[in-house]
Amino acid sequence: MGPELRSWKEPHRLVLLAIGVGIIIFAAVYMRWDWLPRYSGRLVEGVGTTLWLLFLTSALGFLFAVPLGLAQAAGPVWLSAPARMFCTVIRGTPLLLQLWLLYYGLGSLFAFWPEIRQSWAWPYLRSAWPYGVLALTMSFAAYEGEVMRGAFAGVPKGELEAGRAYGMSPFTVFRRIWLPRAIHRALPTLAGETVLQLKATPLVATITVVDVYAIISRVRQDTYLTYEPLLLLALIYMMLTGVLVLAFRWLEARVPVKG
Amino acid sequence: MIEWVAGLAAWELLALEPPGWGGVLLKGLAVSLQVAVGGYVLGFLIGIGGAAGKLYGGPILRDILDVYTTLVRAVPELVLILLLYYAGTDALNQFMALIGAEPMDISGLAAGIFVIGVVQGAYQTEVLRGAFKAVPHGQIEAARAYGMTSFQVLRRITLPGMLPHAVPGLANLWLIATKDTALLAVVGVAELTLVTRQAGGTTKSYFLFFFAAGLLYLMVTLISNVGIRRIERYARRGMPAVR
Repeated sequence: MGPELRSWKEPHRLVLLAIGVGIIIFAAVYMRWDWLPRYSGRLVEGVGTTLWLLFLTSALGFLFAVPLGLAQAAGPVWLSAPARMFCTVIRGTPLLLQLWLLYYGLGSLFAFWPEIRQSWAWPYLRSAWPYGVLALTMSFAAYEGEVMRGAFAGVPKGELEAGRAYGMSPFTVFRRIWLPRAIHRALPTLAGETVLQLKATPLVATITVVDVYAIISRVRQDTYLTYEPLLLLALIYMMLTGVLVLAFRWLEARVPVKG
Repeated sequence: MIEWVAGLAAWELLALEPPGWGGVLLKGLAVSLQVAVGGYVLGFLIGIGGAAGKLYGGPILRDILDVYTTLVRAVPELVLILLLYYAGTDALNQFMALIGAEPMDISGLAAGIFVIGVVQGAYQTEVLRGAFKAVPHGQIEAARAYGMTSFQVLRRITLPGMLPHAVPGLANLWLIATKDTALLAVVGVAELTLVTRQAGGTTKSYFLFFFAAGLLYLMVTLISNVGIRRIERYARRGMPAVR
């Protein structure tokens, strides 16, 4: 009997639930939450920043992942080799290191380049946002690229040949058959990767992007509290993860092409 | 433009002897690898216990393990590391005060291994549980019908049967462990990423040092990949080739 068949009304679950509620009441009464109203506005803004970052980088990352996957699955060597190398390098090094390499490393190199210093791009290149977006996008594209490689390779050749036989151009075959079928195959894995991407976003706080994690760090500095802000942060991420999982389940049920 | 390239090419900063920072980076790499190996092994022990508990344990144990794996996998590693690092050291010191001992100074290395181990344990529990369940039940029943003891069933049927299903997931988790050690830089463990940043801060050659550290991490991954491929081939011996 799997756990999904058992109900929460079983006696031991009621006891566990009571313990859980007890812990929450204990936390609410004996921990310090008086800072919460002061920071609630900024916390909401921080959650907004995190979600915007997640949306932006996963959308951009997916756009790059499609050509990366296609190049590896069916491209000529001069395309597939660099694509594979990009994926290996990005997946083989920690995201934190990539982030710091771009922000501290590349950022400090740009300062030596007078043409860039005087150009319109300089104010943007000095802020952390572009580096955070770039690093997260590259990381997402590399991981998704691998997923899409498998998905593209897994679409049965006969379907593509059938498309050609109907007189579709190669691009039409790609747009109408290959891509939708690959996305449909990849969707469960894409959902998992997007959750991982959400869990990677707090790293940008280490290069001064003000997301929800950065706000909580601020609270910890201001109030000298350790557990309360971090517990709240864990709770926020758990809720975001839950919403994301539900959203993908909804999307999976609604994808036009059936497997 | 010339300075731009010069910032990249101050290679003498990577020398192993003290004016250069190469030795410091290698020491950081050693710490990273120690944390990764220690955390992975601890996670494997937790994973075996967790998988056994989820498969054969009573309903209470199963629910508690469900809460553990769900919570750990829903919260970012960075947040978990902060929580476990501070809460773990704090709890240990409170315990020491309770039994009347001096507060302990916990080394960053031990705390790092503990933190990575707890995180890895949740993921390894799921991988090992899935692999256990992938062994066809009929094979175990057949072994029992042959009169094998349960230890013999484990050694001859279950373990070799689950290995090909467990190895890819466990290999992925090893690569994740080597990279998650970088997050310990945030709590101040002197592992590769943190010493790299310190080297960059002192010499202002950030790009050079982060680039070198990236190569070191990449080397660890590539060497691991070679080993993983060998283990996979060993685990899949006698099975039909799947491509």
